[in-house]
Amino acid sequence: MRTSWRTRGAQKILGRWQTWAGFGVAAVLLFGLAPAVLSEFRLSLLGKFLCFAIVAVGIGLAWGRGGMLVLGQGVFFGLGGYMMGMHLKIADAQLRGDDVPDFMQIAGVRELPSYWEPFASPAFTLLAIVVVPTAIAAALGLGVFKRRVKGAYFAILSQALAAALAILLVGQTSIGGSNGLNRFRTFFGFTLNDPANRRMLYFIAAGVLLIVVAVVRQLMQSRYGELLVAVRDGEERVRFLGYDPANIKVVAYTVAACFASIAGALFAPIVGFIAPSQVGVLPSIAFLIGVAIGGRTTLLGPVLGAIGVAWARTLFSERFPSEWTYAQGLLFIVVVGFFPAGLAGLGVLLRRRRRAKPTAAPEPVSETDPDAEKVGAST
Amino acid sequence: MDVLIGQLATGLSLGSILLLAALGLSLTFGQMGVINMAHGEFIMAGCYTAFVMQQVASSAGVSLLISLVVGFVVGGAMGALLEVTLIQRMYDRPLDTLLVTFGVGLILQQVARDVFGAPAVNVVAPTWLSGGVEILGAVVPKTRIFIFLLAVACVVALATALKLSPMGRRIRAVVANRDLAETSGISSRQTDITTFFIGSGLAAVAGVALTLIGSTSPTVGQSYLIDAFLVVVVGGLGQIKGTVIAAFALGFLNSFIEYNSTASLAKVIVFVIIVIFLQVRPQGLFTIRTRSLV
Repeated sequence: MRTSWRTRGAQKILGRWQTWAGFGVAAVLLFGLAPAVLSEFRLSLLGKFLCFAIVAVGIGLAWGRGGMLVLGQGVFFGLGGYMMGMHLKIADAQLRGDDVPDFMQIAGVRELPSYWEPFASPAFTLLAIVVVPTAIAAALGLGVFKRRVKGAYFAILSQALAAALAILLVGQTSIGGSNGLNRFRTFFGFTLNDPANRRMLYFIAAGVLLIVVAVVRQLMQSRYGELLVAVRDGEERVRFLGYDPANIKVVAYTVAACFASIAGALFAPIVGFIAPSQVGVLPSIAFLIGVAIGGRTTLLGPVLGAIGVAWARTLFSERFPSEWTYAQGLLFIVVVGFFPAGLAGLGVLLRRRRRAKPTAAPEPVSETDPDAEKVGAST
Repeated sequence: MDVLIGQLATGLSLGSILLLAALGLSLTFGQMGVINMAHGEFIMAGCYTAFVMQQVASSAGVSLLISLVVGFVVGGAMGALLEVTLIQRMYDRPLDTLLVTFGVGLILQQVARDVFGAPAVNVVAPTWLSGGVEILGAVVPKTRIFIFLLAVACVVALATALKLSPMGRRIRAVVANRDLAETSGISSRQTDITTFFIGSGLAAVAGVALTLIGSTSPTVGQSYLIDAFLVVVVGGLGQIKGTVIAAFALGFLNSFIEYNSTASLAKVIVFVIIVIFLQVRPQGLFTIRTRSLV
């Protein structure tokens, strides 16, 4: 801890003021400036990036603060996306007066598979998007962390889960196979062709992002947040102090999973498809790079990093597919290998240099966590 | 009965492939604790070595044997290079090593795509491996038997080398107690590089063998990597016998579940079984007993 307990109280007040200011700026940018400046197409693109940013906030919590390398967030992203997609497909079919979605008709299926049926209800779908991934993450997390499986083992297991789910989805023609679910026409009764409705989807994504950031901030300000960082930096010590690290980790992992699922559920209508290619190992790891670049232990770093990387990918990956892959690989090597604190680490470095001077102003810490420089010890 | 024998043969064959792919990992991950996601790309390097050797050598029969040796050296050199340039700096950050080596893997895949092209290439199996052998009523392709024998040979060679050779003793000493080994005059840096060379070389040998049963594409390594990691996790760190048993156990499990359901469902069921298994034995089948908390 760089900060003593005495200065901490003052900082919290200061931090609160600055956080509100930060929220204000973000809200103005997302709700005021972006819709005014960006074209319809670009706004919807930004909406897609915001979905990735929501996942990134969760990864920042689990990985940056909790030290759990979550390599399988694509699983929860996909679960949310598929559940939303199933509901949208059923709603479209009902609108046309058919029993089954269009792709099933082509395949000659006349009856809705039983696991699709509950998703005809909008309320059930929305509930399931939150509850199902939370339950899966909690069950898996309890099973793994209670047995003190951690570090590399956990990373590999979460990755294997992503691989397994992607393979499972490709094999199931009743859920679209490798094409996934696509061509959604309506979103809870709003036609997606209407620009106003697409704009509404963007606003929902922006609102969810702000809420998600606020939730993580509250978590980190609480005693729980202190415990989570403590578990990352010295799990055994926390155990000897009488806490159960497993419970602490499960909460962070579950929250991250829930965020990813909500992001997936927004991604499906905004982008217009959800497919196994969004679920597997590669997309799951790709979520991490933005978080690493932005600064995994910070609150807003993952958001900015995820948006930046997604933006760069859209810009370069189609025109220079080969070079983009090289760049992506290099980013992993350079950022994670040599600048583990990410861009936010640069800020910490500069601040520390300024503090070295005797007349330094009190350190404005709110978005960045006091332990930002201790990223390395994340086993 | 025929079905049972057939499934046993499939399981044995799948197990030996898993074993070959995981054997190198059991050295680098199991012994050294390094999670090398580029391991899959070393497997791929072996596949392409076999492909190149076949273009160079005139006869398919000879080129396979040559490429086993050349592949080992190529994969080993790549691994040693990776260790010296990147992994060496990050021994205290295993999770970050995972991401960094994943980046290396991405780059290597793209290199393969740019050099050899994205479509899969095929390596012709030598004539002395064509056809099958009838074992208890089930016909088993000779290539599968060759892979099984190769896996056994690799395990025996590795186990013997670790057990008997001075180099093996040094590796085991460094794994058991790095500081004490250094005090006794062993260069742990040198030993790390050697261990990595052997582990990565074995990956490439696995790659050469894989060309016999499938085509070679830039992403071929990815498809085996996670299974190989799971084998090492189930087997337990630091012991070859755990890896051997886990590889064949997962091979049999996979082939039998696949027979009773579908290939995609089998993957999921095997994953669930592994998670349940880790409830019972979180450290895997065999572990070196220590008193440390970690």
